[in-house]
Amino acid sequence: MADKEVLFSVQHLKKYFKVGKNATLKAVDDVSFDIYKGETLGMVGESGCGKTTCGRTCIGLYDKTDGTVLYKGKDVHAMTGKERFAFKKDVQMVFQDPYGSLNPRMTVADIIGEGIDIHHLAKNKKERQEIIYKYLELVGLNREHANRFVHEFSGGQRQRIGIARALAVQPEFMVLDEPISALDVSIQAQIVNLLVELQKKMGLTYLFVAHDLSMVKHISDRVAVLYLGTLVELTTSEELYANPRHPYTQALLSAIPIPDPEVEAERDKNKIRLEGEVPSPINTKPGCKFRGRCKYAKDICGQEMPPLRDVGNGHFVACHFCNSKEF
Amino acid sequence: MSEQKPILEVNNLRVSYHTYAGEVKSVRGVTFSLNKGEALAIVGESGCGKSVTAKSIMGLIKAPQGEIKKDSEILYNGTNILNYDKKQWKNYKGGECAIIFQDALASLNPTMRVGKQIMENLMGHKNMTKKEAQKEAIEMLRLVGIPEPEKRVRQYPHEFSGGMRQRVMIAIAFACDPKILICDEPTTALDVTIQGQILDIIKGLQQKNGTSVIMITHDLGVVANIAQRIAVMYSGVIVESGTCEDIFYRPRHPYTWALIQSVPRLDLKNKQELATIPGTPPDLLNPPAGCPFCTRCSYCMPICKEAMPEATDFGNGHAASCWLHHPMAPKVEMPVLKGGE
Repeated sequence: MADKEVLFSVQHLKKYFKVGKNATLKAVDDVSFDIYKGETLGMVGESGCGKTTCGRTCIGLYDKTDGTVLYKGKDVHAMTGKERFAFKKDVQMVFQDPYGSLNPRMTVADIIGEGIDIHHLAKNKKERQEIIYKYLELVGLNREHANRFVHEFSGGQRQRIGIARALAVQPEFMVLDEPISALDVSIQAQIVNLLVELQKKMGLTYLFVAHDLSMVKHISDRVAVLYLGTLVELTTSEELYANPRHPYTQALLSAIPIPDPEVEAERDKNKIRLEGEVPSPINTKPGCKFRGRCKYAKDICGQEMPPLRDVGNGHFVACHFCNSKEF
Repeated sequence: MSEQKPILEVNNLRVSYHTYAGEVKSVRGVTFSLNKGEALAIVGESGCGKSVTAKSIMGLIKAPQGEIKKDSEILYNGTNILNYDKKQWKNYKGGECAIIFQDALASLNPTMRVGKQIMENLMGHKNMTKKEAQKEAIEMLRLVGIPEPEKRVRQYPHEFSGGMRQRVMIAIAFACDPKILICDEPTTALDVTIQGQILDIIKGLQQKNGTSVIMITHDLGVVANIAQRIAVMYSGVIVESGTCEDIFYRPRHPYTWALIQSVPRLDLKNKQELATIPGTPPDLLNPPAGCPFCTRCSYCMPICKEAMPEATDFGNGHAASCWLHHPMAPKVEMPVLKGGE
């Protein structure tokens, strides 16, 4: 791992939101991880666990509360002027809702061209047009689509437009915030294959935020599991699915239904069922955040927050008992 | 199974919606039956007509926009519900047949306490007094796993979380011991861990009460866990139906093949390319004359574009509508997953 170039380095990142008097919502609470160049880091967790906030804070869409985010060694939140402008070109985002994230009053060409204009990537109108066509075709749309409006497209096509818009400024890093969860199964596969292909072709680095663990496993090199704003486990995707060490990850994995009746019947016998729901992230108590739903919880879990520990081969787990439990 | 009389039979159901753009033929001749105590899953992409089928069975297709065509039949215990009068409908809806919708917040009344919404059903169908109904409502909430039901009955839907709201919906649906329960994507809006809990509740109550369940979903994983029989729908028609094992292990329709292979699986290796279905479903304003899947099918033959294939029976209730199974067609096997295992 050490030989890989670190693109993003996130250290003790915190993002709190004030919600009313004396109440803070700790959306991201002391999260540290690195993103290497050319890899896909998957980020999973239940809704409200802070995965979107984490992605957005990383690329400077939100101000941080504490901690540092370094992009190629520079602090993202301290950047100003030209530096920040260049950073915004390097880092792009694809949003979850392909209906809400594209301006309905702009043609597709204008949507894709906006970034090209801002960053002066085209010398003249003709070149701009050519670039727009190039990216439209790259994401699997036609030239004829350029002058249409967004409402004329289906969900999958709109997501392709969103991807083309992000790619048009030649970014190095893309945050994909649940890019497929609003789409149909057969369309999801199209978009995921497109993303994988684009990554190979253009050497992109992805932060793939999603709640669909099977899709995340499919696309990611490494996976980070978040629970209530804290990182509970981080490792390569094969390792995570073969050998989950945190009780939350285990429960999460066993909750995913597998589309195979025999496998499913076999799994049903030793399924770990999580009781209850995710507690509120407002004014959380000290200690391990998962302890209320954890069957291994002991006294120490209520007193101390378990640190993220390396259990070998770059497998990080935040649990007091990650070495003693037998699985 | 065969000697049992099905509790629900749907014959040649055709539903259209009249819009300013023309007539949208949402459901174009759907036929299936549901046995007592059985769980049937209807699987398909959005817009394939699965929800409209469910709504027709519940009698929720509203005129004048929605229209159930004349020769359609929905037989409940042998009588056609489409000929029901007002009183029979009242008995049937909620009492005999109940539905759980995808969006629990939108389907619960935000201005009414949760308890009252359950009691309404009980007082209307079971002639309970207010007191009895209240007691029963608390009991129902406890049954679906809501903690402190005595306190919760007096709360409003906005005070509940997504998973809890879906539990309330299940409590309302099961309050009158329906014979048929229709679940229209009950877990799509929920997290995986909550999804597991909700499916367990539905499964448990189904086995306990012997309810017949129609499960509508696009998630094949959910289906594998709960259904005994599966019907695969595509652009308003059922293209394949059969037992759970038949559909998963011996699928016969190219659409089913593609559908199964386009889902990534946890127990398979990474980064193998997902099978995709190119293109998008046909426009139901002008449905194609031939097989609706022909434009996206890699085995498309000239005949596919011209005429709708008949259903071919493979025994044990397994049937698929595809020209590939015509005696004159070339033999095609389901493609093997690339790089699987």
